[in-house]
Amino acid sequence: MKLTLEQVKKVAKLAKLNLSESELAKYSEQLSKILSYIDQLNKVETSKIDPTYNVTGLSNAFSPDEIRPSLTQKAALFNAPQQDKGFFVTKGVFQEE
Amino acid sequence: MASGETKVMKYEPVIGLEVHIELNTKTKMFCRCNADYFGKEPNTSTCPVCLGLPGALPFINQQAIEDCIKIGLALNCSINEKSYFERKNYFYPDLAKGFQTSQLVLPIAIGGWIEVEDAQGKLTKIRINRAHQEEDTGKLTHRDGQTFIDYNRSSVPLVEVVTEPDFTDTFQIKDYAKKLQQIFRYLDVSNADMERGDMRLEANISVRPVGQTTLPNYRVELKNINSFRFMAQAVEYEIARQIEAHEKGEKLVQETRGWNEDKRVTYVQRSKEEAHDYRYFPEPDLPILKMSATLINEMTKAVDTAKEKDPVKVAEKLVSTGMSLASGASIARNPIKLAIFNEVQKEKSVLDMDWKDFGNFIANREINEENINLVPELTKKQLSDFQSRKSGLISNSKELEALAQEVIDENPGMVDIYKSGKTTVVMALVGGVMGKSGGKADPGKVKAILERLLG
Ligand SMILES: [Zn+2]
Repeated sequence: MKLTLEQVKKVAKLAKLNLSESELAKYSEQLSKILSYIDQLNKVETSKIDPTYNVTGLSNAFSPDEIRPSLTQKAALFNAPQQDKGFFVTKGVFQEE
Repeated sequence: MASGETKVMKYEPVIGLEVHIELNTKTKMFCRCNADYFGKEPNTSTCPVCLGLPGALPFINQQAIEDCIKIGLALNCSINEKSYFERKNYFYPDLAKGFQTSQLVLPIAIGGWIEVEDAQGKLTKIRINRAHQEEDTGKLTHRDGQTFIDYNRSSVPLVEVVTEPDFTDTFQIKDYAKKLQQIFRYLDVSNADMERGDMRLEANISVRPVGQTTLPNYRVELKNINSFRFMAQAVEYEIARQIEAHEKGEKLVQETRGWNEDKRVTYVQRSKEEAHDYRYFPEPDLPILKMSATLINEMTKAVDTAKEKDPVKVAEKLVSTGMSLASGASIARNPIKLAIFNEVQKEKSVLDMDWKDFGNFIANREINEENINLVPELTKKQLSDFQSRKSGLISNSKELEALAQEVIDENPGMVDIYKSGKTTVVMALVGGVMGKSGGKADPGKVKAILERLLG
């Protein structure tokens, strides 16, 4: 299973990674190897098997709609690299949404 | 084109709607943080789950699932026996997890319909593609080249209702939005307040030549518009813009546009080149949902009960008292007027009420009060206004008798004095009746009635 350079570029873009030309070549090869390894699973006959979405075998694992304590603001922001007046702060993301 | 030959190509819009409704559950979708974020200090209603911290495990809010099933049923959808959540992957700081937990392949509800009215009053069936369960995002504020994030809203339950592209004009869109709002309110699953963002509309619009049955090869998505009025204006603008582009032979492209209120134009927010690739896949941390027949029966019953509060049903009941269709519909949509009408119906002193007249009277009154606690007072006022307007003088002796009896019941002290022989006190009681009648009674007649009732 060989990934094209274009596919690797797209995956990098979706993962918000800036890759140099040499990195692209390197990751292209590594990713292709990983996919080939996983591709072995395609040899298994699964047409009569239901997909496994969840390994617990549970269903309807609900929780009642009752409020439980949240973190304090201080605790919530404890690991934030940057914060201001109770907000997490990041570099500006000006996507109009 | 040869001269003299007129181009008569006509175009029609093809519009589909996506509506997001924030549910009014107490807690969030996948954790038990308080879901009421309105006016709260930032980041005071969060936990490892809704902050997307590593290793946190989500738990499904049962109430939200039931609400979503009810919404589906009220929109005539079938409920999938099996349903599951998926991860919709994207990098944007409004969700710390890197994905939104949503549904794609097996949503809770599919294949429904609702009837909407166009400008001519003609009903059209709009097909509902799906109603699925997902979660809201955190709130971002952009300032001075930085983005400030509040995750109180992160993971608040959202239901998304998606229609097929069956709308052809803005009147239908307004009617649809209004009907959805009524449904969410009588089901009591959301406040459905657009200004507050409880209910958000997105429209997919394209335009095709009349007669063409296939869908156009592009569509423009109108997003982030927070009122019916602006949405209608944006849709009108977009239809005109696209028809003009077609006529000029310009190529229209897939893009997302917003509405600029000041300039009254739509503008590009995102074009196809940046289109997302969400790479949905089943959420491994959440077990699947299985909808038992018992659960669906229970939900169907709940919806049927709630439907009694549907303004259409309420209006039917009102019309059965004799009032006009328009009056019934108007009262049914106004909670205060409806409460006043119901209050009067309970009142015993209005035995021979002309319900037809009274209904039409109330429907046409200007009542701007919104405080439901004031209904008893408002009722008295409306009733006396109605009675005094109906006739210069109250000639109906039954009505006077009822008022007289009321005054007697309210003044046992005076009645005692009267019975002890001081009969002149009757004039005080006459005054009471005159007051109640708004001065529209004949004092002589009232005096005679009082004397008879007092024996
Ligand atoms: Zn939480």
